[in-house]
Amino acid sequence: MVNDRQLEVLINDVYEYHGFDFGGYSRASLKRRVDRLIQLDGFPDFAVFLSKVRSDAAYFKHMVEEITVNVTEMFRDPHFYKILREEILPILATKPFIRFWHAGCATGEEVYSMAILLKEANLLHKSLLYATDINPLVLDTAKKGIFQLRMIKSYSENYMAMGGKNDFSQYYTANYGLAKFSEDLSEKMVFSLHNLVSDGSFNEFDIILCRNVLIYFDKDLQERALQLFDDSLSKLGYLALGTKETIKFSSMQDRYEQIHKEKIWKKIK
Amino acid sequence: MEENKIGFKVVIVGGSAGSLEVLMKVLPQLTLMSKFALVFVLHRKSAEDSTLEELIAMKTVIPVKQVEDKTPLLPGFIYVAPSDYHLLFETHHQLSLDTSEKVNYSRPSIDVSFESAAEVYGPQLTGILLSGANSDGTNGLKVIKQQGGTVVIQDPATAEMPFMPRTALENVTPDFVLGVEELLQFINNIK
Repeated sequence: MVNDRQLEVLINDVYEYHGFDFGGYSRASLKRRVDRLIQLDGFPDFAVFLSKVRSDAAYFKHMVEEITVNVTEMFRDPHFYKILREEILPILATKPFIRFWHAGCATGEEVYSMAILLKEANLLHKSLLYATDINPLVLDTAKKGIFQLRMIKSYSENYMAMGGKNDFSQYYTANYGLAKFSEDLSEKMVFSLHNLVSDGSFNEFDIILCRNVLIYFDKDLQERALQLFDDSLSKLGYLALGTKETIKFSSMQDRYEQIHKEKIWKKIK
Repeated sequence: MEENKIGFKVVIVGGSAGSLEVLMKVLPQLTLMSKFALVFVLHRKSAEDSTLEELIAMKTVIPVKQVEDKTPLLPGFIYVAPSDYHLLFETHHQLSLDTSEKVNYSRPSIDVSFESAAEVYGPQLTGILLSGANSDGTNGLKVIKQQGGTVVIQDPATAEMPFMPRTALENVTPDFVLGVEELLQFINNIK
């Protein structure tokens, strides 16, 4: 296993050689990802791995893709989607045009979930869903809207648990173990690379969803990301985080109002 | 030396099928403790709810802290790994969460928490593995042992599902193999 000192050497060298800053990442999780990668790619020891990361740009790219956690699912936490559908969307519906930002969208399952909600609320035609991630590989998957068919059963259960009324199978076509989601859903999606560590605000949004991304950041980097979201939210816009994430310790919290006890905050000032 | 640096001990109880029954017997008799933090990592269904936390809180006088991202870890409290996240340990007594792939078909995984805590707490960590029908926990106990911590395994003869403690016993030399009553005494005697 990689020790604390080696992990810091890796972080420093990655910054020095590639300008990529993992310095604000939570160490416990990062360490597990590095251990996993060293094992998966069969390196005999840390030194050999480090030298490859330093000298081989293609391998470094692969490392970034593997080190970030891309596990996601459709309608994760059905209760959250139920609140979105019943309480948030009816308010956003009064706008002529609705802008969404899914920050750290991974392979896009949450973006497609949102598109389904919007379609059922008859709002998709006037919505635009920006979805960003630092990992170009996952964005390619997200653009295609093709997910593993074996996951569909649990997605369909989540969909029903959040109060979905339609036959879930109408949204995809199944083939060779894969489910391809309808292009009607992806029509309003824009995918692009964006790094929450180093990139700035690029638009103004009515709702920003960033669920289970901040858990990989330390407090300082979380504060930076939250500031970026604050800069990118319109007044009375919403910020949605993961079920175990909070803005409670952030300097912006007094300008936000929490929706019930949900991890959804409304920007009030 | 370690003791001064770390300040307090951490006890993690890992369990799967049949472990809740053990906790329901042990929890009501636990006495308040000020020297260590007690962490439960139990396999649970992946629904977002706090039923398990509430059940545990009802059975004990020890206060139960809600675990969120970067929750500080303090002695004298119980912490429960939330459903659908791995529970990790940062330096400076902070908990963190991770949604990466399941380990041993489980999230939270006992191995993940044992391994992560062992690196931070070393000899100050005690890992207790209870009943279960899966092999989670064994690798984590190995790491706890390597890092100088204490390994406790429930006596498989007293476990509703002996597979998990038995697998651990076949792979790790424990410091203690305990029945339910003894386990209670053991925890209450941690200084």
